[in-house]
Amino acid sequence: MFAKDSEVVIRAKNLTKKYKDFVAVDGIDFEVKRGESFGLLGPNGAGKSTTMKMISSVSQRTGGELTILGKEPNTHGPEIRAHLGVVPQKDLLDRELKAWENLFTYGRYFGLSRKFLKQKVEELLEFAQLTEKRNSKADDLSGGMQRRLAIARGLVNEPEILMLDEPTTGLDPQARHILWDRLFRLKEQGVTLVITTHYMDEAEQLCDRLIVMDKGKIMAEGSPAALIKQYSSKEVVEVRFGTDKNEKFAPQLEELADRIEVLPDRILLYTEKGEELLTKIVDAGLHPVTSLVRRSSLEDVFLRLTGRTLVE
Amino acid sequence: MAELSYKPGAAVDVKRAVRWGALRVAEYRFYSMSKWMGSILAFGLGNPILFLLSVGLGIGALVDANSGGETLGVSYLQFVAPALLASAAIQGVMDEVTFPTLDGFVWDKLFFAINATSVSARQIANGVMIVALGRGLFTTLLYLGILLLFGAVPLASFFPLLFTSMLAGWGWAALMMAITARLENDEGYFAVIGRFVIAPMFLFSGTFYPLEQMPIFLQPIGWILPLWHSTELGRTLSYDYPIEPSMIATHLGYLTLMGVVGMLLTYPKFEERLSR
Amino acid sequence: MITQLVVSQAVAIQERRSARPGSSIYSGRASMLLERGFRAFKSSNWMVVLSGFVEPVLYLLAFGFGIGQLIGNLEDGLGRPVSYAAFIAPALLATSAMNGAVYDSTWNVFFKMHFGKIYQVMLSSSLGPMDVALGEIGWALLRGVAYSLGFMAIVTPLGLVTNAWGLLAIPAASLIAFGFASIGMAITSYLKSFQQMNWVTFFMLPMFLFSGTFFPVSVYPQWIQMIVQALPLWQGVELIRSLMLGIVDWSLLGHVAYFLVMIAGGLWFTTVRLKALFMR
Ligand SMILES: Nc1ncnc2c1ncn2[C@@H]1O[C@H](COP(=O)(O)OP(=O)(O)OP(=O)(O)O)[C@@H](O)[C@H]1O
Ligand SMILES: [Mg+2]
Repeated sequence: MFAKDSEVVIRAKNLTKKYKDFVAVDGIDFEVKRGESFGLLGPNGAGKSTTMKMISSVSQRTGGELTILGKEPNTHGPEIRAHLGVVPQKDLLDRELKAWENLFTYGRYFGLSRKFLKQKVEELLEFAQLTEKRNSKADDLSGGMQRRLAIARGLVNEPEILMLDEPTTGLDPQARHILWDRLFRLKEQGVTLVITTHYMDEAEQLCDRLIVMDKGKIMAEGSPAALIKQYSSKEVVEVRFGTDKNEKFAPQLEELADRIEVLPDRILLYTEKGEELLTKIVDAGLHPVTSLVRRSSLEDVFLRLTGRTLVE
Repeated sequence: MAELSYKPGAAVDVKRAVRWGALRVAEYRFYSMSKWMGSILAFGLGNPILFLLSVGLGIGALVDANSGGETLGVSYLQFVAPALLASAAIQGVMDEVTFPTLDGFVWDKLFFAINATSVSARQIANGVMIVALGRGLFTTLLYLGILLLFGAVPLASFFPLLFTSMLAGWGWAALMMAITARLENDEGYFAVIGRFVIAPMFLFSGTFYPLEQMPIFLQPIGWILPLWHSTELGRTLSYDYPIEPSMIATHLGYLTLMGVVGMLLTYPKFEERLSR
Repeated sequence: MITQLVVSQAVAIQERRSARPGSSIYSGRASMLLERGFRAFKSSNWMVVLSGFVEPVLYLLAFGFGIGQLIGNLEDGLGRPVSYAAFIAPALLATSAMNGAVYDSTWNVFFKMHFGKIYQVMLSSSLGPMDVALGEIGWALLRGVAYSLGFMAIVTPLGLVTNAWGLLAIPAASLIAFGFASIGMAITSYLKSFQQMNWVTFFMLPMFLFSGTFFPVSVYPQWIQMIVQALPLWQGVELIRSLMLGIVDWSLLGHVAYFLVMIAGGLWFTTVRLKALFMR
């Protein structure tokens, strides 16, 4: 790759966004390097989309500093956006235009030539598996197809930085996995990815590094593996005793594990050795209705950091 | 999903991308519009013909048969023609800024998608206005052609009439764009504007009856809104209509001012809404 | 407990009703639609809705009193002189009724059909297509009546209603509103896009301008007159004009019959269409 591998393409310092009196993003700091895949993780209303919009230079920050590709978005919005590919959370397709026309007109906004676009549009339709639907109006596409079209649209200008706000919401499992693979390949070619998601598996698959956000603040930052290591144990045992009884057994279980979380429907026990712990539980005369031993995930990191689950 | 490979950032020529944004927006809107060509033509031709037949000839027959013709000095058709022309231009340009602006911000929110590219807020506003003027020009040309066929205006004033009508269209549309950009939702907006602004303008701007002979409390409608100014200019251009030179300058100046103020109020609001 | 009772009673009534023949089309609950209409109306910008009668009033002022000065008097059907304002006022009342009814039964219904998907939900309850048709048309009718009442309230003090027959103009306007509401909804139920909706507007303008509204149809050649006389607005204008000018004879029943047929036809088509659209 290029020598500028470690070049910082997005730099945010004390970045803040207020809507009237409401603070949606509360003084966050982060940097994204070229070719990196950077994730924003957090529950509804955490401020992910707001942060994405500020980076996309379509929403003006109300405080702090922000540079994208070395430029100030307040004054150089159009130049910055020329190098960005944006896939917003709401698709915002032109419902009156056909699938291919949506891609074509969008490309024209970047001043791309018709000749270039003619070929590019076909490539992108293929990429999004919409070749057969090229002449359908955007309005007549299924939800998942519209999502794929929006993703393809974000790629029409061959962006350096691709901003994906919940890219896989509404996609079926197969389309999701294929998209992950394609995004990974784009990254290999040097495209910087910025991704928001609620899905832990997605973040673990796609992101080199991520920030966990809640209520406009950064709760933690690091690679998925490092975060799991820092905020969780190696393994987790999930047990259920039935809705009313979980609370009752909690004190007993607390002594057996490193740490426990009591959720309305189950109890999570954090430990280095899951199977051993499960045996101990049974030996102690406790008989959960169901039990499960699994590896720790970002979900657990999130629970630890906020005391809440991500996807209710 | 087929694979996609490219060299990041190589495709876009930034200078080119940033420069002609307004034309790009216009290009796309003209393109969508071309799909409506049938109804655009029908409305463009239908409206003037219908009004000319009913008001110009139908009511005109009643007026001319009575003493009305003497009051006006010309046939009723000649009297209303410049007003109908200006009103068509005003309506035509205005429709093409109000609907797209509300659509772009409130209904389909497409302005937000366009603004995520290298196109700026100001360029979007300009693009919308370019298209509106294009559509207005088309409508006005058709209208003028039909007026010529009916012998309602002289051929010699073709271009001056086109200019005074389009000037009014632009001035008013700019103001309406500034207002529409300030709407957060569309509750009854078009109904209210239609009933309380457009209809009174159309009816009380000296369109069908000399403004000076209307009750004094109705005359301000003519002074404030664009139609009367454009109509006065049109009447001087199409027949021997007495008007003072200073008034000509006033009419032209007022319409221009309206346009300039409208655009100056439009840009910052577009910028604000697209950077929230 | 009480709600339970009410619910079981309602179900019982419903069951009895559904045993009746034709209940899959009409369950006798059209009033539910009106109720919903009132709720939506209260929460919407109702000043906007009510101000609908303003436009014809403005036309009356501009044409009746403005151009009227250029025109002088016309002759009514009996050869008596009639002021231009008195000539066009009845026509504008008919137009007012038409506008009110058509607006609700076309644009509003169109939005509900294609964006709100409200009918789909209603028809999957115990309501039948005829309930929906009657309810919506009833709502449009109410609006048409409101518009004509507003118009009359302004016109009467101006001295444009000269005899007692003029009072019948209000029921006549209601009949006209009903007719337009019914046919408007029938047509709308067949339309699919905004472009097609625009054609409705496109055809209403010439009807407004040429139905003897602003000048007698006698200015036209015979064949155009015949076309105009077939249009519903001309029928309505004639009916109200005769009443307001006090020229009353049996021929008015012809106009009434015209609207009754229009109402029945509109209802029938709407019901059939709603059934085809949503109850496959
Ligand atoms: N235009 C706006 N005006 C006022 N408040 C807003 C606006 N946009 C977002 N907010 C508020 O800012 C907060 C953060 O919103 P944001 O869309 O960034 O959340 P998010 O992390 O993307 O959530 P989600 O996972 O639901 O997409 C929310 O409380 C939201 O209500
Ligand atoms: Mg979001």
